Amino acid sequence: MGFFTIGIVQTALEVGLIYSLVALSLFISFSILDICDLSTDGCYTLGCAVGAVVTIAGHPVLAVFAAMLAGVCSGFVTALLQTKFRVPSILAGIIVNTGLYTINLAVMGFSSNLSIFGTDTLYSLFDGISGADIWHSWSKTILLFMIAALVVVILHWFLGTRLGLSIRATGDSAPMVRASSINPAFTITVGLCCANALTGLAGCLIGQYNKTSDINLGTGMVTIALASLIIGETLFGRQRMWMRIIGVVIGAVLYRFIMAIALRLNVPTEAFKLVSALIVAVAIAAPAARQLIAFEMKKRSAIRARKAENTRKEGGRNA
Amino acid sequence: MLEIRNISKVFNPGTMNEKKALDHCSLIMKDGDFATIVGSNGAGKSTLFNAIAGSFITDEGSILLDGEDITFVPEHRRSQYIGRLFQDPMMGTAPHMTIEENLSVAYLRASASNGPDLFGRFAQAFSRVSKKEKEQFREKLSLLNMGLEDRMDSPVGLLSGGQRQALTLLMATLVTPKLLLLDEHTAALDPATADKVLELTGQIVAERSITCLMVTHNMNQALTMGNRTLMMDAGRIVLDVQGQERSEMSVQDLLNQFAERAGEDLDNDRILLSAVKD
Repeated sequence: MGFFTIGIVQTALEVGLIYSLVALSLFISFSILDICDLSTDGCYTLGCAVGAVVTIAGHPVLAVFAAMLAGVCSGFVTALLQTKFRVPSILAGIIVNTGLYTINLAVMGFSSNLSIFGTDTLYSLFDGISGADIWHSWSKTILLFMIAALVVVILHWFLGTRLGLSIRATGDSAPMVRASSINPAFTITVGLCCANALTGLAGCLIGQYNKTSDINLGTGMVTIALASLIIGETLFGRQRMWMRIIGVVIGAVLYRFIMAIALRLNVPTEAFKLVSALIVAVAIAAPAARQLIAFEMKKRSAIRARKAENTRKEGGRNA
Repeated sequence: MLEIRNISKVFNPGTMNEKKALDHCSLIMKDGDFATIVGSNGAGKSTLFNAIAGSFITDEGSILLDGEDITFVPEHRRSQYIGRLFQDPMMGTAPHMTIEENLSVAYLRASASNGPDLFGRFAQAFSRVSKKEKEQFREKLSLLNMGLEDRMDSPVGLLSGGQRQALTLLMATLVTPKLLLLDEHTAALDPATADKVLELTGQIVAERSITCLMVTHNMNQALTMGNRTLMMDAGRIVLDVQGQERSEMSVQDLLNQFAERAGEDLDNDRILLSAVKD
């Protein structure tokens, strides 16, 4: 543990678990519904802002549900633009994202940041359960682990219900869905609302975690979440649902660990966005690169074998 | 009973590419009728299917199914009682979902039609497919004789085209539809598999006396499958034979009829080839 201190590992784990909720949100919209929802950045900030305002008002638990509801609203607007008004999905996300900037400012009372001080947060409430030292140092981690686990279980259950199956089918084969009396507009709307509720939840959790809400908090979040998602899917494949969902969570935590390593290697903070972008690019390119290498190896060995064969034949002829 | 009254559809109206795909087309199908449809490319066969299935709303005319006017009913609602198979076996199934999950989605049609109250629908949306239903799926799969009942958990993307099309057929008829639309559903399969799927089709349709329309390019099939043969040209039904007249008809008669009615020779190699072959 010379390289890592417990503190660094713990922070990476905690923030990774919060990010995993955003990654799961993208898992629903990007992997399952096959829709690029770019409103994630704004929605994350929205969750944080709404959560912070309600927390400051003295309702830290209510804040979680308020932030999720705000996420649902945001997702509903994105879905409405796509399904009823046929706005291309990428554009719908960008439009909502842009609009959310002003809404987020308004939620925070037109100031670019808010501090949560003097009131309880989810973490302080949970921390108050026991007075033991070990509990004090690990309560946040345990709480976040429980929330992530709960989300994983609920998401897996949901995707197995009739509604969940319809949502999965919508992203997989549109003609089949229409032939099965499912309204794709409805399933897309439900899917995006669920996805953005998770993003809002993550925003609220990070706000209470940092005890602050900032208008630029969400910038680049979609890249981070996508990186986590792809790390997860690259490592765990696309087979069983349980593995896929847990893989996404592990991917998010791994992503934070990679960033923690970068931090320990004294990569300057200004270069962090570049590091994020590199991680995403490498994660996406990895499977293709692996195939390319395998192909080259196979080609080389085949050529070598053929040459050996030829020399053997020629040797036989000469003799 | 399916009743199509005078439907018309013009694509790209008022442009250079204006195309009258359906031109005051009318058709009445009695319950249990199984009609094959032939016609050259662009005759309007697929457009007729799209109109019936609700992929678009027709410009004129009305469509009635069992006395109910469905002209303006959206596609996903019509699919509660209209089953459809496409030429492309990839279109009817979700490749990344397992056989069981695909069947479960198809089975939604059963529950979609009943339970109009909000709470009932809510409970249904969050219910799972029961053990008993899964057992039913297995039973029905075993009727296909393709060993699919032992592969319930494998993704449909791993199946062959023929297996996928057979599965799609099963899904479309899992809940007996009021009408089944088959749009050249065996054309993309190899001959042996095509025969097998066709045999299954005939079996299922006859067993439950489903009203069925089938587009085909095989003239022999057009005369042997079902009880009625329709011919389309320029967005209209130009020939409609059944009964004795049909049973006495040869492939050559059908080709002659076509040349006569359409006022032109067949432009479709596949039809001609199938006529020569059989």
